[in-house]
Amino acid sequence: MSASADPSATNAVLVAPHTEIGAPVVRITALRKSFGELEVLKGIDLDVMRGEVVAVIGKSGSGKSTLLRCINGLEVFQQGSLVVDGKPLLHESALAMRELRQRVGMIFQSFNLFPHLSVGRNVMLAPRLVKKRKAEENEARARQLLERVGLAEKFDAMPDQLSGGQQQRVAIARALAMDPAVMLCDEITSALDPELVGEVLRVVESLAEEGMTLLMVTHEMGFARKVADRVIFMHQGRVHESGTPEAIFGAPQTPELKQFLSSLHD
Amino acid sequence: MVDFTLWDILRNLLLAARWTIVLSLVAFVGGGAVGLVLLVVRLGRNRIAESLIAGYVQVFQGTPLLMQLFLLYFGIALFGIDTSPWVAACLALTLYTSAYLTEIWRGCVDAVPRGQWEASASLALSFGQQLSHVVLPQALKIAVPPTVGFLVQVVKGTALASVIGFVELTKAGGMIANVTYEPLLVYGCVALIYFTICFPISLYAGVLERKLHVGQR
Repeated sequence: MSASADPSATNAVLVAPHTEIGAPVVRITALRKSFGELEVLKGIDLDVMRGEVVAVIGKSGSGKSTLLRCINGLEVFQQGSLVVDGKPLLHESALAMRELRQRVGMIFQSFNLFPHLSVGRNVMLAPRLVKKRKAEENEARARQLLERVGLAEKFDAMPDQLSGGQQQRVAIARALAMDPAVMLCDEITSALDPELVGEVLRVVESLAEEGMTLLMVTHEMGFARKVADRVIFMHQGRVHESGTPEAIFGAPQTPELKQFLSSLHD
Repeated sequence: MVDFTLWDILRNLLLAARWTIVLSLVAFVGGGAVGLVLLVVRLGRNRIAESLIAGYVQVFQGTPLLMQLFLLYFGIALFGIDTSPWVAACLALTLYTSAYLTEIWRGCVDAVPRGQWEASASLALSFGQQLSHVVLPQALKIAVPPTVGFLVQVVKGTALASVIGFVELTKAGGMIANVTYEPLLVYGCVALIYFTICFPISLYAGVLERKLHVGQR
């Protein structure tokens, strides 16, 4: 649904990535990752096209969060290659890592706002330091993005004055301020009270509609079904099954996926 | 025999107390600067540097300050460098203070949640930017009470500089006690002056701690 929209044409809030429409923004090839003896990713191949919304589902311990954290270098992998928006991931080079991270936005389960900075400063910090964006332009953009997530009036508030849902929306604005080519969402509603989940998911959904490339680990199956172009089921460190939401939720092929889906209804 | 009034005793002790304060400040500023450098090097996650600094901390925390003063005072002389008690005392107290402060501060940095490092890294901040804009400002808030508390230890630690002949409050007290034959009175005054310096600092540390708790709720 979202692959057809060109973000630069439809909405000025999002900035177009370098990658052509229909080409992969994230290209993961034969990726293997171990924690000591334990291999958690056993050879992952995954391309995420520009504008595509991919939901990653699976049991805890299946490696889905680790996969997401590999994409922006928070976890080091041992084998395979990873390219984001044309930039290869090189762990040894701090400069290359920072280049790559400018193209990847990450939203965490626990928000991770900077508690000593106001909401506005949270959003403006990285563009000022990393992109050397001019103060006025930076503030205008931060206000625009906060408006975008429905928090225009919270510019001067401190993070601990906000609800969890509001904090998570600030985190989304903060990630967007770096003009990422892809957004990674790591169980972003799992720490929220049920009544606050909707406001965050609505923001993510609108990003998807505007053509942002999204890779999200989620337990919200209804949301994945509604918003995702493709759903990936991970099992024991591998991509076990993938397909459209209709295929994955409507006609699961493997016994593991069938069991996982039925366990959700218990 | 000369008579000494209480004012004579106090006046001389107060004059010597200036040196206790100067020595404390030198130790604290010097130790703070060295401690901060050690902290940053330690956070850089270089294995070799990390274990070297850990060893440095263990040596200075595991030996009496008195021995450090002796060893530095006589050790420097061994290399043919003419050293004064003032230089040796400043150096020993600076090293001693830096070892403790770097350890205190590392604990404070560790208390900043890992998510803060991860979020700032994800926003493409460099290591230096992560430290100066995200981690250290938060660690600083945690660090103020224990740091101020340690300042009291440093003030009292300067008394040991008397053993290598540096004339600060304790040394002056000993000298005055010897000529007045009034050790109880003199050392009572010495203790009172130390207390007058240290008590406000302790009090301030307590105030800061309460403030911090209010901030955290």
